[in-house]
Amino acid sequence: MSWIDIGAIDDIPLRGARVVKTKLGCVAVFRTSETEVFATSDRCPHKNGPLSEGIVHGQKVTCPLHNWVFDLNTGEAQGADEGKIDTFPAKVEAGRILLDGTLLMNRAA
Amino acid sequence: MKQKLVVIGAGMASGRVLEHLLEVNKGAYDITLFNAEPRGNYNRIMLSPVLSGEKTYEDIVTHDADWYEENGVTCRFGEHVVEIDRERKVVVGQNGEVAYDKLLMATGSAPFIIPVPGKDLPGVIAYRDLDDTNTMIEATQKPGAKAVVIGGGLLGLEAAAGLKARGMDVTVLHLMGHLMERQLDEAAGYLLRRALEDKGIEVKCQASTAAILGEDKVEAVLLQDKTTIPADLVVMAVGIRPETRLANDASIEVERGITVDDAMRTSDPDVLAVGECVEHKGQLFGLVAPLYDQAKVVAATLLGDAATFAPKEVSTKLKVTGCDLFSAGDFAEGEGREDIVFRDPSRGVYKRLVIENNVIVGAVMYGDTADGNWFFGLIKDKTDISDMRDTLIFGPAFQGGEPLDPLQAVAALPDDAEICGCNGVCKSQIVEAVQGGATDLGAVRAQTKASASCGTCTGLVEQLMAVTLGDDFQMPTAQPVCGCTDLTHEDVRRLIKSQELKSQAAVWQELGWTTPNGCHVCRPAINYYLLADWPVEYKDDPQSRFVNERRHANIQKDGTYSVVPRMWGGMTTPDELRAIADAAEKYNVPTVHVTGGQRIDLLGVKGEDLPAIWKDLNDAGMVSGHAYAKGLRTVKTCVGKEHCRFGTQDSTGLGIKLEKKLWGSWSPHKVKLAVSGCPRNCAEATCKDIGVVCVDSGFQVGVAGAAGMDVKETERLMDCETEEETIEVATAFMQLYRENAKYLDRPYKWVAKVGLDWVKEQIVEDIENRKALVARFELSQSIYQKDPWAELAAPDEAPKFAPMANLTLEAAE
Repeated sequence: MSWIDIGAIDDIPLRGARVVKTKLGCVAVFRTSETEVFATSDRCPHKNGPLSEGIVHGQKVTCPLHNWVFDLNTGEAQGADEGKIDTFPAKVEAGRILLDGTLLMNRAA
Repeated sequence: MKQKLVVIGAGMASGRVLEHLLEVNKGAYDITLFNAEPRGNYNRIMLSPVLSGEKTYEDIVTHDADWYEENGVTCRFGEHVVEIDRERKVVVGQNGEVAYDKLLMATGSAPFIIPVPGKDLPGVIAYRDLDDTNTMIEATQKPGAKAVVIGGGLLGLEAAAGLKARGMDVTVLHLMGHLMERQLDEAAGYLLRRALEDKGIEVKCQASTAAILGEDKVEAVLLQDKTTIPADLVVMAVGIRPETRLANDASIEVERGITVDDAMRTSDPDVLAVGECVEHKGQLFGLVAPLYDQAKVVAATLLGDAATFAPKEVSTKLKVTGCDLFSAGDFAEGEGREDIVFRDPSRGVYKRLVIENNVIVGAVMYGDTADGNWFFGLIKDKTDISDMRDTLIFGPAFQGGEPLDPLQAVAALPDDAEICGCNGVCKSQIVEAVQGGATDLGAVRAQTKASASCGTCTGLVEQLMAVTLGDDFQMPTAQPVCGCTDLTHEDVRRLIKSQELKSQAAVWQELGWTTPNGCHVCRPAINYYLLADWPVEYKDDPQSRFVNERRHANIQKDGTYSVVPRMWGGMTTPDELRAIADAAEKYNVPTVHVTGGQRIDLLGVKGEDLPAIWKDLNDAGMVSGHAYAKGLRTVKTCVGKEHCRFGTQDSTGLGIKLEKKLWGSWSPHKVKLAVSGCPRNCAEATCKDIGVVCVDSGFQVGVAGAAGMDVKETERLMDCETEEETIEVATAFMQLYRENAKYLDRPYKWVAKVGLDWVKEQIVEDIENRKALVARFELSQSIYQKDPWAELAAPDEAPKFAPMANLTLEAAE
């Protein structure tokens, strides 16, 4: 792993998200509590809704287009919907958000 | 010859090292102990009781002068170490050198002082040692003295509680959204805050310190939001970091702390380190248990025995003076986790377990911590809890048997069991009422008062009715808000008002939410109810809004947005049209559409461009049209008597006045108005939420129309004689709707529920009430009537619309 510092935790509002641009599309970074973040692909597998614009609750996000709900740990769609989003290692250290660069750079398109 | 051991720092960790060392082999070393403080080892954990006056310094001393003398330890207390000369193997103190064969660094940690102007003023202190504690005690002697504690973590709250106990006015400033965010989640943080506030401690969260003010000594603290808080004493308790300066200067390897191997040796094998100054495999240590484990290893290493330090599962148990609080393990970070939440609002109890792979990894409890140690054991032992999962949260007393059927549990209650705490109603009274013919909840409430006040026992009363009536019982069909609660929207609205709940955390806790922080269904509703009922006290939470109300634009199916500037009453000018055309070209807007609400929609704007296009439209004098909002949308008008040969009144002018009065207010659902200049009704006012039809004698105000999934003509609320009266009635109706309707009910649905007669009673017949409604609306507008585009296009807000980082330029590995 190679951790990349992408910004301060306070750059993301509590229970909000921001995106990080990568060569292979946007990655959504979610802040689920004061000190907890998750990173996933930003596109809903249903109709490509921008997940970073969804409502973040618990460790889940709801897609803003058609209310599909995803678990940010596993990337699995919840309830009756079937689908999965990519998840990427993310952590917070000393108030900074770190993403795993190796995976981000080399993930399949 | 005896070896020489020098120890730098007489804290709890090195104290424990000396105890072990002397216990095993008293003659192994000649020991010299340096300490910057002019005293030996005492129990730092007990400084809080010293501050609050429950204990004295003498009570907490662990090693007194006699002990050091008996054990032949040479004490150099009150003397700073200047340097370590590793080549000559000497420690240089202020009063001279001491040679060593082995050196133990136990320099502890240093408080973090936030680098703001005024941080060095007399009266600004940290909270680390006895001197700090004595300074605080001294400050409390002055009558009426005020203290500000910066930092709402464990240490800061202990300081605040102690100062308050000694009679000071105390304000706690905390940068984060809730207290002790590392150990507690929001609900527990809310309860803790309430308990502290009950003690008279003022708590300000999201408070960022800008400067400490004062001439010769501290006088006040200035916050970023320009608030000034008077202070005679400022305690900084924002964190600590390992004290590594001596090690650094001596070129001993330091990362965040002094790095040690499993035997607690630093990069120099003759130098060991122990305690809070140490970093072991990337980890720092602040709790006493691992420090004592380290101390054992250090003693063994010094005696030439093999020993290995292996940190155990990091688990914390903590106690804030006077608050029943428990937090163990790691509940804030990690992957693959689920929650079990239990809340008992009437007792102020909150419990949350975090479970991962059928093992409890974290537990937070407030109000009832009796089972804390049991959960702590399950965390430490990594016990598989799958078999007891259903009843786990109820603690050890409930384990081992079959899961209880809730109805059986109710049936098993004794006759005198209290069901409704508010009204003191016991089981037998309810059963009697039901057997006497009260077969629905309303009748039970009317006869016994059970569940008629706060309503939290409603479920229990219903279960009791089900047990008593058997198959004759039909559960009421009212739908709960969502899966996070059993309460209906109406219940939640009523309870928010009656219990004066003014934050989301308060709602989740007091109304027994089953999830940590709601879901996408309840959060927007709760956010709306709070801002509608407490416009001054509650702060709107954009993260609890649907994307459109957060981005102030309508999201389209391809993820782009539509932008609609307001055109007051459907009026525009060549300049505005020119600015709209320019913006459409500049931002490559693919579609320009005239809406049914008499304005222009720019479709296909990229999210990143929103602040820029808003700025351009703002510069041309236009504001957000709120075409995305659960709030006022448009006021459609015809041209009225100014131009039309049939017009009876200035319908355009009245429409503009109404729009200027009502814009920017949030409501349960969208609200559309229209004003027609005559009964020919060109503005289609009779199918709007509020529609005014002008006639010769005045203005007919109709409400509760619809032209969407349902089509419905408005119902006549009142005939008004003047424009002023019309505006007043329309405003009062808007506020009545805002205060009472269920989230996502359009006015026609809400009026169908409450009845037009009731609305008339409130607005037409009771003129005083009408004016009170208008006053409350105006109070809310004093906060919410502002252009969101102008706010979000501001230089410090606009960048938040862009990606937070761009990795497309970084080389792939």
